[in-house]
Order: sequence, then C-alpha cells, then structure tokens
Amino acid sequence: MASPLQPIDDYARTLAPETRAAVIKSAAFTSGQRIEVLRRDYEDPDALRKLARKIKQHTIDRLDHYLEQAESRLKAAGAQVHFATDGPSACRQVLKILQEHGVTRLVKSKSMATEEIHLNPFLEKHGIESIETDLGEFIVQIDDDHPSHIVRPIIHKNRRQVAESLERHGLGAYDDDPKTITRRARVHLREKYMQSGAGITGGNFVSAESGRMVLVTNEGNARFSMAPNKVHIAVIGIEKLVPRDRDLAVFLSLLARSATAQQITVYTQFINGPRSANQPSGPEHMHVVFLDNGRSQVLGGECREILRCIRCGACQNVCPVYRQASGHAYRAVYGGPIGAVLSPLIGDSISFSNYGDLPRASSLCGACREVCPVDIPIPDLLLKLRHGAKKAKLPSPGSPPMGPFADLATSPKLWRTSMTASRAMNYLPLQFAPVKPLRDWLDQRTLPKWRGGEFRRWLKQRPSPVEDQKKHA
Amino acid sequence: MPDSDRDSIFGRIRESLATASQQAPYPEYEDEVATAKRRFRDGDTLWETFATNFSAVNGRPMTELAEVIDFLKSEGATVGYCDPTLEESIGRVCQENAFEIHCHFERERFDDYQFGITRASAAIAETGTLVLTDSDTSDRLGALTPWIHIAVLPESRLVSSVAQAIAGFGRESNIIWATGPSKTADVEGILIEGVHGPGEQICLKTAGLQ
Ligand code: SF4
Repeated sequence: MASPLQPIDDYARTLAPETRAAVIKSAAFTSGQRIEVLRRDYEDPDALRKLARKIKQHTIDRLDHYLEQAESRLKAAGAQVHFATDGPSACRQVLKILQEHGVTRLVKSKSMATEEIHLNPFLEKHGIESIETDLGEFIVQIDDDHPSHIVRPIIHKNRRQVAESLERHGLGAYDDDPKTITRRARVHLREKYMQSGAGITGGNFVSAESGRMVLVTNEGNARFSMAPNKVHIAVIGIEKLVPRDRDLAVFLSLLARSATAQQITVYTQFINGPRSANQPSGPEHMHVVFLDNGRSQVLGGECREILRCIRCGACQNVCPVYRQASGHAYRAVYGGPIGAVLSPLIGDSISFSNYGDLPRASSLCGACREVCPVDIPIPDLLLKLRHGAKKAKLPSPGSPPMGPFADLATSPKLWRTSMTASRAMNYLPLQFAPVKPLRDWLDQRTLPKWRGGEFRRWLKQRPSPVEDQKKHA
Repeated sequence: MPDSDRDSIFGRIRESLATASQQAPYPEYEDEVATAKRRFRDGDTLWETFATNFSAVNGRPMTELAEVIDFLKSEGATVGYCDPTLEESIGRVCQENAFEIHCHFERERFDDYQFGITRASAAIAETGTLVLTDSDTSDRLGALTPWIHIAVLPESRLVSSVAQAIAGFGRESNIIWATGPSKTADVEGILIEGVHGPGEQICLKTAGLQ
C-alpha cells in the first residue's frame, strides 16, 4: 500500500535515534563554526558571496566560451580532454583510458561527479579494483553504503559503527578511538596508493584562463592518489569553471569557510598537465573528462541558477529537514536542499519522476539561501520544481486534499456559514474523520483551537474609520 | 564516440544559452577582495604573520636548523629523505647528528623514511600556507609520504596573500598548497592529524638559499 506520508517523512520515521543524533550534532556544529569564521575574518562576508554569485553567474551565462577555452588551455598544457554527455558515456570513456594504459587497480579521491555516475560499481564489473581513499568514503565503500553528505560522507555514523566496519574488514580488533581508526586506515591505504596504476579525482574548480584544475582535500589523499601513479583521470562537471585564476582567491576563501569552517583547506592543488620533466614522481598522463549528465539542459531551464553551486554542503548543515531526516532520506546521490533541487534535474529523463517529490520536503524557511556562498535562491527553485511536479501530475502523498477548501474559500456565503458552524470542530474527534487523507494529515499535526469567524465579528462591530475621524475632528 | 559527445554538449549548451534573456557581465573587483585583513597584525613582518597563522593550523615554524634536529630527535626519527640540492647545507648536519639520510627516494622503501626535507617555492602569510611546486620539489613522494615534512623556505619567497600567490603562478603546471599537517574530522567531527599526508609539517626559514 502506498504510504500516506511524503517518502522523506517515511524514511525519517525509521531513522535510528543514534543516526539522527550524529547528524544533528555534526551539522549544527559546522553551521555554528562557519558563521564564526566568516565573521572573524571579514567585515562584510555577505558582500563576498554576492561577488562570488556574480562571477559564477557570468561564467555559466558564457559556458560555451569558457568550456572551450579551458579545453584548449588544458590541451596546450599536455592534458587530454574528453567530453561525456551522460553517466554511461563517462564510465565507458574512463574504462577505455584505463584499459589503454593497462590499469587494473586504482585509487580514488572523493568526487561527487563519480558518485553521480556510479563509476565504482561499473569499474568493478569490468574487473578493475577501485579504492576510495578519503577516510569517510573508504568506510562507506567497505560498508557497501552511500555517502550521506557531500563534504562529510559518514556524518550518519558514530565512532562505534566506524570501528565495527574496520573490524569487519580485517583492519584490527575493535577500537573506537578516532585516532586509532585514522591510523589504521592510513597504514592500509598507503600500500594501496603505491600498488595502483592510476589515480581518479574530481575537481573543485577549473580556471578557463589557464586550464588549471583545482583540487582541495584535508587528508592529502588527492596528492597521494597522484604522486606515485602514472595516470591521472579527473572527472569534472562542466559547470565547475571560473573565468580566471584570480577568481580562485574568492572561491577558495568561501569554499573552505562554508564547507568546514576553515580559512583554507589543508591541501589545495592547481594542476594543468602531467608532471614536469624534472620531476621523478607524478602522472605522465593527465586526462580530464568533462561531464554533462543533464547540466546543459538545466542551463536552459528556470532552475539554471543551481549551476552556480560549489558543493560546500552548508545548505545541508543548516537545513532542519536534512538534520532530522539525514542525507539518505533523499534517496539520491545529493541530499539536503542542494539535492532537492539537483536530483530531479540531472541524470537521465526519469530523474524528474523519481525525485520530483524532493522539492516538497522543505518548509521553505530560507536558511539554505542565507548560508549559500554563491547566493542561490534555493527556496525559489524548490517552488518552481513543485510547480513542475504538479504540472507533470506526479503523485503527491502527504498533502491534504485542498479541493473542498478551495470551494469554501471562493464562496463568501459558504465561508460565512462554515465559520460559525466550524466552531463545532473543537468538539469533534477529527482523528476519526471519515476522510482518509484528512486523518493521515492530522496524524502528523495538532490543530490549534478553532477561532473562526471572530475577525468578521470584530470588523462589523468596529466603528467605521470615517465616522471615527468625524468624531475626533 | 567522444567527439560526438563533445558536439552534442556544446550544441545543447548553445541552445540553452539562446533562451536566456540576459547575460551577467564579469564583475569588476579588487584582487585583494577576499584577503582576510584581520589575519595581519599591525607591525608584524611577513614571517611573523606567516608563523602565527601557520602555528594556528598546527604547523611548526622554525628559524634554526638546530631546532629541526632537536625536534626530529624528540620524535624518535632516525631515517630521512633529503633533496640532493640541500645535501650540503642540511643533509650533512643531519648526518653529523647520526641521522641516516637518503638523497634518492626509493619507492620500495617509502615506509622507511620518517622525515622528508624538500624546498618550498613560496609561502603565504595570510593563511600560513606553504607553496610546493614541481620545479622546486626534488621528489613529490619525498614531501608527502614521511610522517614529518620539513619545507625549506627562503625568506624572500614569502608573499602576503592568497591573491598574491595566485598572481605569481607563472607557468608552473603543478602547484600544491600545504596549510599545516594533513587532517580529518570524518569520525564524529573529531580532529585527527596525519591521515594520508604528513602528520607534522615544519617550515624552516632560511636567508641564504636561493
Ligand atoms: S547550494 Fe550553495 S550552500 Fe548548497 S552546496 Fe551548493 S554552494 Fe553550498
């Protein structure tokens, strides 16, 4: 039987209390730190994000120009550039590159683009071992789980659960000290880096002016995925461009502070080409795969502003729905406010019917817009998507039937009668009303005491303002 | 089919852009607009500012080689990698202090090196960041795999801000900014240092080199 609730509510209800506690604690903490760091460092942090918005909007408005420029600069610097319209094409092209270089095992640093195209299961199916090296992503991988946050993949796990995963995977007896957990992963993964044939990364930005792609990590795993390896493959969304190198100062400053409340991420790499001739370590081959996967369509739609997103996760941390429901409740690769907009739009043509309910999982409180470093009006975009879902006649569980209310509200006479009659509602056990959707709706909510009709009475008894003025003249 | 992918992506982008009513212009702005001016204290030299901000992220600024030697001893390190061009000036002193120094990084022995000594190309005072490049790093692995990394920085290479460091990129094709030791907060948001990169990041300031 179809659930009467929104799917996200359904999920939230079954969420383990310790998972919810882990998400709330960590999301709330990062939100608080973020604003502290921005205020500590800048007189007017808001002006900076308004500037970032302008730069990024300009970039996507001229995306054809900048993408072409980035392509030619990267090629001139010795990198090979590929384009992929969708996930399957990107996966095939990555596989082909790996096969051409005879690679059978590789290491990966965290990348949402590769999550989006489900690259790991694809490579595995083709006999290639692909190991996630970001600590959180590594845990997610050995658990056969999915990341639930775009910056903090295991925000939904506490240390006991992580310790159990490592134990199950044969990385030592149970020990839930985060330091021990980290050391064990360090030792285990060091071997993997050295024994692999390629490193796959994402990319946080690409400067069109120089072709420099920018990679940020705190752990150093992107550095380690590249230094011992002959081949570097970067999978990057086509919207990740900025026009010039100088723009990176603005975006790096905002990204670190918004994502993790740091002034700057520990490691920031600027790469446009294979290793230099004098350098003994590092990739001899650099491949950049620019991924579309629906972005070029979004560009022509009414939600195009979402393409400014720099994937900082601040909207997830601040969102009351995300905190209560956790990232997995959004079912898709991207959760939280950013996911509610992005998931129905990117990927293939069935994304909209699969994820069209997500935009309704929001109270439109506006917190996401306030924290967004590129000032994306997420609540407005959610409304547009809701409208789209309605037009597409997607099912909408969890909404009360509004038809009868509309009849009532548009007929003054009916309204008057119902106002007085409705006082009887205070005495009716509405939970048992014979209308099923109403029952379901009330299941979630407590109605305030009915006070209908009082405004009309008050207005009638009030002396008319004109009379009143005459009296006082 | 890569080429047809390229064509269809550019085709769709242009189609989509044709529907847009207006184009946002590239905004005018000052290079230093994102510089955190509050990270500079009046009267401090660039090195002092760097040292303060580098220490704030648990980096260890040092001005004497003896300090480095003492630290390595206190950490119980015995074997290290050293950039061959620093062998005369630094490697030798390490050897005199009974450290085993290798000037060639052997991949098979990567786990044996407890410290690595390489050059920094520059450093950023605003953020306490070391700049490592392919041109100046003798071996990327030597600066990455050991638990302790010592970056040797000529004082003249200090720049004040992130914006200035970017303006000085030149033709370098591989630039790494390192701001303190490697860290994670993936497990319950608790900060742990030394994940994949160095767990200790030292910057040794020198006057003479280069
Ligand atoms: S929508 Fe804004 S706040 Fe959310 S992840 Fe993207 S850039 Fe960050």
